[in-house]
Amino acid sequence: MTCWETITAYGLRSIGIGEQLLPRSDFTLCQQFTLIGSGMIWNIYFGVFALVLGFFLATAVAMGKASKSFWLRKPSEWFIFAFRGSPLFIQFFFAYFLFLSLKGQFPFFTPLTSAAYGALFVLFLNTAAYTGEIFYGALQSIPKGDIEAADAYGLSGFTRFRRVIWPTMLRLAWPAYTNEAIFLFHATTLAFFGGFPILKQRGDALYYANYFADKTFNPFVPYPILAGYFILLTLVVIGLFGLVNTRLNRHLPQERHKKLRIKPQVIR
Amino acid sequence: MGMYWSVGTVLLLLAITAPVALAFGFGGAAAARSHFLPLRWIGKAYISVVRGIPDIAFFLFFVIALDQAFEYIRHRIKCPDWDEPIRQGSDFVVCTAAKLPQGNAPQWVHETYGFVLAVLTFAIVFGAFAANVMYGAMQAVPKGQLETAESYGMSRRQTFRRILVPQMWVYALPGLSNLWMVLIKATPLLFLLGVEDIVYWARELGSFKSPRFTDYPHAEWRMWYFLALLVFYLCFTKLSEIVLAKIMARLTHGQATAAGEAQRRAQA
Repeated sequence: MTCWETITAYGLRSIGIGEQLLPRSDFTLCQQFTLIGSGMIWNIYFGVFALVLGFFLATAVAMGKASKSFWLRKPSEWFIFAFRGSPLFIQFFFAYFLFLSLKGQFPFFTPLTSAAYGALFVLFLNTAAYTGEIFYGALQSIPKGDIEAADAYGLSGFTRFRRVIWPTMLRLAWPAYTNEAIFLFHATTLAFFGGFPILKQRGDALYYANYFADKTFNPFVPYPILAGYFILLTLVVIGLFGLVNTRLNRHLPQERHKKLRIKPQVIR
Repeated sequence: MGMYWSVGTVLLLLAITAPVALAFGFGGAAAARSHFLPLRWIGKAYISVVRGIPDIAFFLFFVIALDQAFEYIRHRIKCPDWDEPIRQGSDFVVCTAAKLPQGNAPQWVHETYGFVLAVLTFAIVFGAFAANVMYGAMQAVPKGQLETAESYGMSRRQTFRRILVPQMWVYALPGLSNLWMVLIKATPLLFLLGVEDIVYWARELGSFKSPRFTDYPHAEWRMWYFLALLVFYLCFTKLSEIVLAKIMARLTHGQATAAGEAQRRAQA
């Protein structure tokens, strides 16, 4: 099989299109690159959707945690604590078995027992909690003068939030949020190793890398391939977030305009 | 009973890994600061490579890689006149004398060997994170302090030991405490490494029979098991938070930082 044929056969294997039978022996480099790359579809799917959905919930949670009302503040605090304080891995397991037992009573939960929706749901809540904490920290450090200026212009309520507080919060939170995005993509590899089942060997990149490492008993090929894909993905994330950062800071004087410096600290 | 022991396994892993990872991190950070160029490259490469890739991929990688590396080294020492290749197709073949652990070793040796591999893997991965934190902390110690030491005639080594290291901890602690939380939350991954930890038991006990075809005398209990694990981890992180806050307060005492100054004012 030439490399091109391998790519057409296995390129979309992880979502069930193309050749169903995985290679069993005589693995070529091309097969490993193609299948692991195909698995990346899942990682990107989980990461992108969880980020986009989580962003909105995170804003709400951060506002809730910063609010004066007891009934808004306490649930937000508990939400953030629960998801930041426990391992994502256990969250996956718990969610899977929770959905499994709920499924018996409410058919509504059936789709959530599959990795595609259930794991996404867990990742969504998880990233919302982490991001919520970042946004909350940013809300706390909005310069007092900005808010006073908004008051002086007669802005209040939602207008003040939309035009002053929210953009400033995003600007302050953006470097940390970029980190969170990078680590979220890393966390997506856990989805198929936590309880959620893999149907017909349609797994993510780590699943295929693990498959090859188990079959060939040689970890020195598949895992570096996986690592290469993730470094590429990280660079793309940094690039995209850098663009948004430039836009968020576009009104600032250009020479003071700091470039987004990514110093990935551990967040999770 | 094994289930309760597994909690001990997790705590033991934490107790051993934390200092070992700290040592790895210290070595990495010191190497990255070295004036000897190759050593500096090694230190920086160690920090950035491990950080850019999902940690779970490293866990899966190192367990096999370390195992094979040990066996290979023993193989070279014990069987110098072996002429067959080590990798034969999908097999990794070393002479029987080099096998680790020996085939006739008792069960506990196998388990201990697996545990040691797990500790090493955790230490390598978290050592890189710790190295990153400590590198930053070493940079954060005010230059004036180091220059003063130099003007007193201390050598580089003396400055490092007497001035830099005692002062860096207060800068390193926020990052390290974050790392401790991450380490706690990474312990469930142990079961992927083949150690019988708490997650392993949930799966083991749950999979006596295929859950679909059994009538449990009770409802699906694994959900509650994982809920208990969640609560266990939540309590553990909360407790760590409190303890770390205490340590931070103690370390801040008398330091030339804003928090140290605030402490001084509060006492005065």
